[in-house]
Amino acid sequence: MKIHEYQAKQILSRYGVQIPRGEVADTPSKAREITNNIGPKVVLKAQVHAGGRGKGGGIKLANSPQEAEKIAQEMIGMTLVTHQTGPEGKQVKRILVEEALDIAQELYTGIVIDRAKEAPVVMASSEGGVEIEKVAAETPELIFKEYIDPATGFIAFQARKLAFKLGLKDETLKQAVKFILGLYKAFEATDASLAEINPLLITEQGNVLALDAKMNFDDNALRRHPDIMEMRDLDEEEPLEVEASKHNLNYIKLDGNVGCMVNGAGLAMATMDLIMHTGGMPANFLDVGGGVSEEAVKNAFKILVSDKDVKAALINIFGGIVRCDLVASGIVKAAKEIGLKVPMVVRLEGTNVEQGKKILEESTLAFYPASSMKEAAEKVVPLAQT
Amino acid sequence: MSILIDENTRVVVQGITGGEGTFHTQRMQEYGTKVVAGVTPGKGGQTHLGVPVFNTVAEAVEKEGSNASAIFVPAFFAADAIMEAADAGVKLIVCITEGIPTFDMIKAKQFLRNKHSYLIGPNTPGIISPGKSKIGIMPGHIHTPGSIGIISRSGTLTYEAVDQVSQRNYGQSTAIGIGGDPIIGLNFVDLLKIFKEDKDTEAVILIGEIGGTAEEDAAEYIKKEFSKPVVSFIAGQTAPPGRRMGHAGAIIAGGKGTAIEKMKALEEAGVYVAKSPAEIGHKVEDALSKK
Repeated sequence: MKIHEYQAKQILSRYGVQIPRGEVADTPSKAREITNNIGPKVVLKAQVHAGGRGKGGGIKLANSPQEAEKIAQEMIGMTLVTHQTGPEGKQVKRILVEEALDIAQELYTGIVIDRAKEAPVVMASSEGGVEIEKVAAETPELIFKEYIDPATGFIAFQARKLAFKLGLKDETLKQAVKFILGLYKAFEATDASLAEINPLLITEQGNVLALDAKMNFDDNALRRHPDIMEMRDLDEEEPLEVEASKHNLNYIKLDGNVGCMVNGAGLAMATMDLIMHTGGMPANFLDVGGGVSEEAVKNAFKILVSDKDVKAALINIFGGIVRCDLVASGIVKAAKEIGLKVPMVVRLEGTNVEQGKKILEESTLAFYPASSMKEAAEKVVPLAQT
Repeated sequence: MSILIDENTRVVVQGITGGEGTFHTQRMQEYGTKVVAGVTPGKGGQTHLGVPVFNTVAEAVEKEGSNASAIFVPAFFAADAIMEAADAGVKLIVCITEGIPTFDMIKAKQFLRNKHSYLIGPNTPGIISPGKSKIGIMPGHIHTPGSIGIISRSGTLTYEAVDQVSQRNYGQSTAIGIGGDPIIGLNFVDLLKIFKEDKDTEAVILIGEIGGTAEEDAAEYIKKEFSKPVVSFIAGQTAPPGRRMGHAGAIIAGGKGTAIEKMKALEEAGVYVAKSPAEIGHKVEDALSKK
């Protein structure tokens, strides 16, 4: 799960990470009021779940409360387009108003889980303010890493090593060590999957602060963090994906026009790949779960038919332990209840497959049966193109 | 022959009295798996599905000689169950549970470093040596005994591969789901090493997917050390970057872990790479005919 910058900063400050003074505003007058308290020079930052905000006009400077109000007027409600939002952009609902600080140096620090090492890794780099993937690709020697032993956690000497490698000294070094240790504490305590400070700011006075902050969380651990679960912003997500997540379905909207409904994530991805190899493009990823309950099929059906881009659909179920006749009656029931709006190719395999096919054939609904994945893809792709 | 499990494997089911545990224990018993014990803390002394239930895994090992475990406990208790099984000296731990927090798995893996257990999963359909034993939730009847080893990060996609292989009259020596999570037990390389020593495994199918570097690591190992034919399919060629495709581990992060990179690495290692999932069976035929 992702959260906004202002929310990440709220969490981090609880763990001793220094953040600029500031507050979030959802009206221009509130932006003026905040500027009155912390200004007169402030930075106004659009709060959307996407990077590249500066280039899209989502980060602006103001020199007075009046100017802050005027900029806030323009920014709140605007549609912000960045390289991460897609061409349709994202509507700005809130802005973060922060004190404007002088910048001596922009560094980077971030924590992720290293899958190969099976441990969190704390990274630091002198190259702040640019995408870290770019630094990693071009100048990997400028990224310093410390792996965390889960038994001991992040140890102070490791934070010192990183701070020295960044070339920091004296009071700034002390602040940086405290900062990075705090960042890790927050990462571990919240079951985060990413905590990234880019840029990590060193002011002219040598103070260390988080100029930007990004945190993502392990979805599997969210139930033990109700406070973080409350930070979820549904406006930032695709409406059909929100609907799917309510029913515990894994659904991701894509650009093509062949809808798919599959049991199991791997088979769902493979089905999408097969559609592409047959000359079509998948409209979505949709995993109804290995067990394929009737309820899941019904909810998945609703989502498929409410996507306007879907011109034909492919249902690919490898029954396994689940009986195909039960799956078939589930599909027929759902189709009758919700209505078949596009042609559907159904491929069933597994236990009782013959009975399952018979149920589909006798249903008088316009299903196109297929007996292999390949045949199913070859049938559905032309149907989506007509 | 087979690897890791056979007709003599004595299984303890952790979470045997729960809904999932009960359902799949019955399926395992029907298949012929020797389920010798169950564990549900607080229900020790009962009998469930004809099997004695114990409070701890240690008792199940001591009294019934369990040497493998199947874990069906809820996600927040699963890492605990893995560590308990390892502590009791269970040789093979198969964790079916899906949705375990990453930090829990990091700690469990750390704990396993000083133990002598193999872990399969979590978030896996399990392991099956056809005709001998299955520990997991896969449909037994689609499998046939034979000489193809299968290692996969997926569930139903593995069944698809098994089905294609069985239709061409090739059976399986052992099929293993390694799990769809970012942090797992045995990986492709660990299992290739075991298949290498198994005389009756002629060829291996490796089913990967986007995310991580397990397939690249396998390619490197195959190039250097593995001479049996390998067929592979990588799911997620059409997956968008930055999105988690159902499995917690299936995500292209920072431009890394794409299907294209993995397919390229495997092809360079001499692996028969199926571009489409419908070609897996056909590629196995190809690989074996050129042997």
